[in-house]
Amino acid sequence: MVNEDLLAIDYKKDFPLLRELDVAYLDNSATSQRPQCVVDAESEFYLKHNANPLRGLYQLAMEATDGYENARIAVQKFINAKSEEEIIFTRNTSESLNLVAYSYGLSNLQAGDEIVTTIMEHHSNMLPWRMVAAKTGAVVKYIECAQDGSISEAALEEAITSKTKIVAMAQVGNVLGRLNPVEKAIELAHKVGAVAVIDGAQSVPHMPVDVQASDADFLAFSGHKMFGPMGIGVLYGKKKLLKKMPPFLYGGEMINWVSRETQEYAPLPHKFEAGTVNAAGAVGLHAAIDYIQSVGFEVIEAREAALTKIAFEGMQKIEGVHIIGSDKWEEHKGIITFTIEGVHPHDIAAIFDADGVNIRAGNHCAQPLLDHLGTGATARMSLAFYNTVADVERFLASLSTMRERMGYGR
Amino acid sequence: MADNRAFYNEILLDHNMHPGHKHELPDADMEMRGYNPTCGDDITLRLKVADGIVVDGAFTGSGCAISQASADMMLDLVIGKPKEEALRLSDIFLRMIKGSASEEEIDELEEAGALQDVSHMPARVKCAVLGWHTLEQLLEDEE
Ligand SMILES: Cc1ncc(COP(=O)(O)O)c(C=O)c1O
Repeated sequence: MVNEDLLAIDYKKDFPLLRELDVAYLDNSATSQRPQCVVDAESEFYLKHNANPLRGLYQLAMEATDGYENARIAVQKFINAKSEEEIIFTRNTSESLNLVAYSYGLSNLQAGDEIVTTIMEHHSNMLPWRMVAAKTGAVVKYIECAQDGSISEAALEEAITSKTKIVAMAQVGNVLGRLNPVEKAIELAHKVGAVAVIDGAQSVPHMPVDVQASDADFLAFSGHKMFGPMGIGVLYGKKKLLKKMPPFLYGGEMINWVSRETQEYAPLPHKFEAGTVNAAGAVGLHAAIDYIQSVGFEVIEAREAALTKIAFEGMQKIEGVHIIGSDKWEEHKGIITFTIEGVHPHDIAAIFDADGVNIRAGNHCAQPLLDHLGTGATARMSLAFYNTVADVERFLASLSTMRERMGYGR
Repeated sequence: MADNRAFYNEILLDHNMHPGHKHELPDADMEMRGYNPTCGDDITLRLKVADGIVVDGAFTGSGCAISQASADMMLDLVIGKPKEEALRLSDIFLRMIKGSASEEEIDELEEAGALQDVSHMPARVKCAVLGWHTLEQLLEDEE
């Protein structure tokens, strides 16, 4: 399909909010919208199959269990994990990363060890490692990116050494939108006997991710950024690692048996899922995965790229607009962060809002990166495949009036 | 094209573009930094007070239009007034932003009354009150 035909398809019809609200929703990195089928799947769970999964011994409880466990299998296939035991449901990316930090990090690291991460990480892939460092005496080392957001192989090679125990990196950064060299990082981590933790929050919704091909040890992502419900997230971990790790949270449903003095933990993956789980959320995520597959990553990637190009080239023509990161649109995976000379990002967001354009402004939970690049607060537009050329044109039209409306050049 | 919301009116834009009180104040006798971590608004307010009267004041720093314009309007209003009066006006401003000041009270704020619509924008309230909170802290600390 050529791009024009592709861009002509109306996907907003699947999304009730986008159908009914007259806004250009361009804050998809923060959270996506949800299609009707996801909302229906979640509500159908409560309306027809609701019982406490994994516990009850009656028909309804088994249906609830099936719904939950089928969702796990859907996730397993979606990221091509070897086994469903490697899929742990959490609340979100942040919780998934904390699970690895608390369980793997605290029990495997000691003073003198190093955790290698990058300066562009979301705070969720930075603060858990600092916690591990503070408690174990390990050191967190930051790989710096160039002004265009790139991380060189040389920088990776220099940072990852025999002292390295964990390499933590986002596959796509949430500010610069650039695809990071995670395969290379994973390879180098394995060479020195370290594990690689990949933050897939901004990649999994937008491109095919295959954990066997990349050989990542852990992968974290959130349902709510991939058209699924809020409150459901995923941690993938290699079975041989998960098996040896201690539980993260303790309580009901994560044990085989408990006596007065001792207990045996449940096998994977339930060892890591203490307490009543978010089964309806998992069922909603299952529907989201089915939906993504019905659209197809080919279409998703092609539409997002085409829209990124239009937005990027339009922005380059507007005086006073500065794009952060790479000056090639191909190197922005649907995310364009920018500033406007003389206009504070919060004013930018407010004026966009008046024009029905939703974008994010501030530090995007990545303050060290913005300090490193020397930009301070910025504005960010982020696309999803359901966005349209009209959304981007509305964004550009508003953007081109911004300086004048703030009183410049009158 | 849709209009700007009311709070980006000419008064606000003018104070943001051409703030009369944004400069150093070498003979200031008190100063305080105000910081709003959500926006990154960062101002330093300086005052000169003699015989209980705010004889001069200025601010430096950076931030969004609302934070900068609000601080500038505030100084327009309080320079030349007794401390107690400055604090009374500041109290009215803060109540206006919470939506609980009367029309008559808002009139007393002169141009700063132009910011009353910010009360509908929870995300921007901190920007609007930054200068005023800093002023209150300065004057109350002094007592
Ligand atoms: C790269 C990245 N990592 C982690 C997160 C945190 O995701 P969540 O808030 O769903 O835990 C985000 C979300 O903003 C993100 O973009």
